Amino acid sequence: MTTLTEAQAVAPNSTARKLSYVKAFNEGLAQAMREDENVFVAGEDVAGYGGVFRMFDNLLDEFGPRRMIDTPISEAALVGLGVGAAARGLRPVVDLMFMDFIGVCLDQIVNQAAKMKYMFGGSVSVPLTITTASGAGLGAAAQHSQSLEAWLAHVPGLKVVMPSDAYTAKGLTVSAIRDDNPVVVMLNKVLLGSSCEVPEEIYGIPLGQAHTARHGSDVTVIALGRMVGEALAAADELAAEGVEIEVIDPRTVQPLDTETMFTSVRRTNRVLVVHEAVTFGGLGAEIAAQIQDAAFDYLDAPVLRIGAPFSPVPFSPVLEKAYVPDRDRIAQGCRRLLERS
Amino acid sequence: MAQRASTASEESAQVSKDLSAQVIKDLHERMVRIRLFETEAGKLMEAGKLPGFLHLYVGQEAVAAGVMAALRDDDQITSTHRGHGHAVAKGVGLREMYAELYGRVTGACLGRGGSMHINDVTRGMLGANGIVGAGVPIAVGAAFAARYKGEDSVAVTFFGDGATNIGAFHEGANMAAILDLPVVFVCENNGYAEFTPQSKHMLLTDVADRAAAYGMPSVIVDGMDAVAVHRAAVEAVERARSGGGPMMIEAKTYRFFDHQGVKGLRHPYRSDDEVAEWKARDPIDLIETRAVADGTATRAELDDTWQRTRDEIAEAIAYAEASPLPDTADLLLNVYSG
Repeated sequence: MTTLTEAQAVAPNSTARKLSYVKAFNEGLAQAMREDENVFVAGEDVAGYGGVFRMFDNLLDEFGPRRMIDTPISEAALVGLGVGAAARGLRPVVDLMFMDFIGVCLDQIVNQAAKMKYMFGGSVSVPLTITTASGAGLGAAAQHSQSLEAWLAHVPGLKVVMPSDAYTAKGLTVSAIRDDNPVVVMLNKVLLGSSCEVPEEIYGIPLGQAHTARHGSDVTVIALGRMVGEALAAADELAAEGVEIEVIDPRTVQPLDTETMFTSVRRTNRVLVVHEAVTFGGLGAEIAAQIQDAAFDYLDAPVLRIGAPFSPVPFSPVLEKAYVPDRDRIAQGCRRLLERS
Repeated sequence: MAQRASTASEESAQVSKDLSAQVIKDLHERMVRIRLFETEAGKLMEAGKLPGFLHLYVGQEAVAAGVMAALRDDDQITSTHRGHGHAVAKGVGLREMYAELYGRVTGACLGRGGSMHINDVTRGMLGANGIVGAGVPIAVGAAFAARYKGEDSVAVTFFGDGATNIGAFHEGANMAAILDLPVVFVCENNGYAEFTPQSKHMLLTDVADRAAAYGMPSVIVDGMDAVAVHRAAVEAVERARSGGGPMMIEAKTYRFFDHQGVKGLRHPYRSDDEVAEWKARDPIDLIETRAVADGTATRAELDDTWQRTRDEIAEAIAYAEASPLPDTADLLLNVYSG
């Protein structure tokens, strides 16, 4: 993985060691709370229980009930609490547990948090962080498995990050908390237990900056969240066939670093976009349109999108496996792109 | 159950005697400012000078005045889309407010918000809100921040009867109660959710009954009587400020104009008789009559308040009309911080 090199660049004195995605998130959050007394966490089961995904383990012990608040199951009031507290100078971290629950509080996210600064003529900032778990793969079915980044990335005023590994889970979380805008941190449920090298000290990863996770000359694969790992695996497979895949991890999908993509596409002339979310109306469409606009003359084939079929996430493991894109589909997509002259 | 405060005018008159003349004049002046701001805005809208929507507050002035006179500058409020009255009573500048209605760059929102989003964070006015009920949890958050920072400010959330049917109200009320936060819930029950009468949108007579579901005390007051509202607000605010937790005030009031604009009476959703009955209890007439009768203020003093305010309003409108429009090159200003 290239993350070790980058981690050392961010924190030269770090003692990198392997840490799981969920523990990296937890460590980044704890460090951000130590760094700024205005940071607090509110959500369902976050304090006493430590979060249903153990994201908030041990934080109550260190920070106490003033800064770790268990709330009723009331997503609208929870996000509203964050909006009001942020407008009054705090830096709330509110947890929505499963991303699917944002339907319950979309008004507070879309109409309140995202628009307050703009509508108020700039007189207030909303440094709110919303953490949530997205993605399929745990057999959690249609109401606990969605990737709804396209809904949020469509709304001016919000920022959306999708950590693809433990290193980015920590760095993007820290940056989200330090950012003066509302930021949604989409943690991926399947990645929670995955590990990579993570520096011990606090570090932020700049929002809106894509990362080239693997360099290659033949096809550019732009992969969101968990799909980065799948794309890297596909790249290994294709390398054995003599094909070099470049894998770009946007890390932040709003704002989206399109320049890194354009530069890559102008070199490789072929591009595949892959995300877990439903293909129709997904971010792949936006990315494909922008690439066409900026680099049409460099393309040797139409931009290819890979995403989920137009269906709710199924329960049965065989169906769910067929639903979520994987390394095989990504590799096949690359081969298809290369077959075109 | 809600504590039924007396609405008998004799009793309120007695209370008004107990309040200092200064408080009565303060309530009166806040109401006059709202009344003139709103009636002039209505005229501007009718003259086709204002873009967008205008939800006038005329008739409900006693609520904003009575509550705001119980607050400090650092106390926070969240408002409704009928929010001009709250903003005026909280001390937001009339110039900035008119300029915003005109969509000028000098407006309270730099011309980006309009009537439904007027705010002034320096005055603790956290915004009118275009989404019914949405301000409730935001006020809960503001109260949370006050306690977190060890400050003794309180947050007041204003909402209508219709808003109490939306989830955000119930979630916010329960959240404030369970976290024991200094929030005062003020329901301005004007009897209509837009054009739908209360009898058709809830089976309750008193919205205050809803507070009981959250373990929150409540009181019902005559929303046309600024003194009665003020008395209840002082009690609720002091209770919240001293750590007593949230409380709800239901003020029974009435809007003299239509839901939106001045005369949009395409459907006779309320009778002329009903409107006339409420107008006969005009909140400003009520406080003036009483003040003159009990010697709190002279007619000349009250007239002077009207005249001074008229002048200020005229000046504010002139300021707004002379103000520049926003530069379209700045269209993306303030979408994000930094």
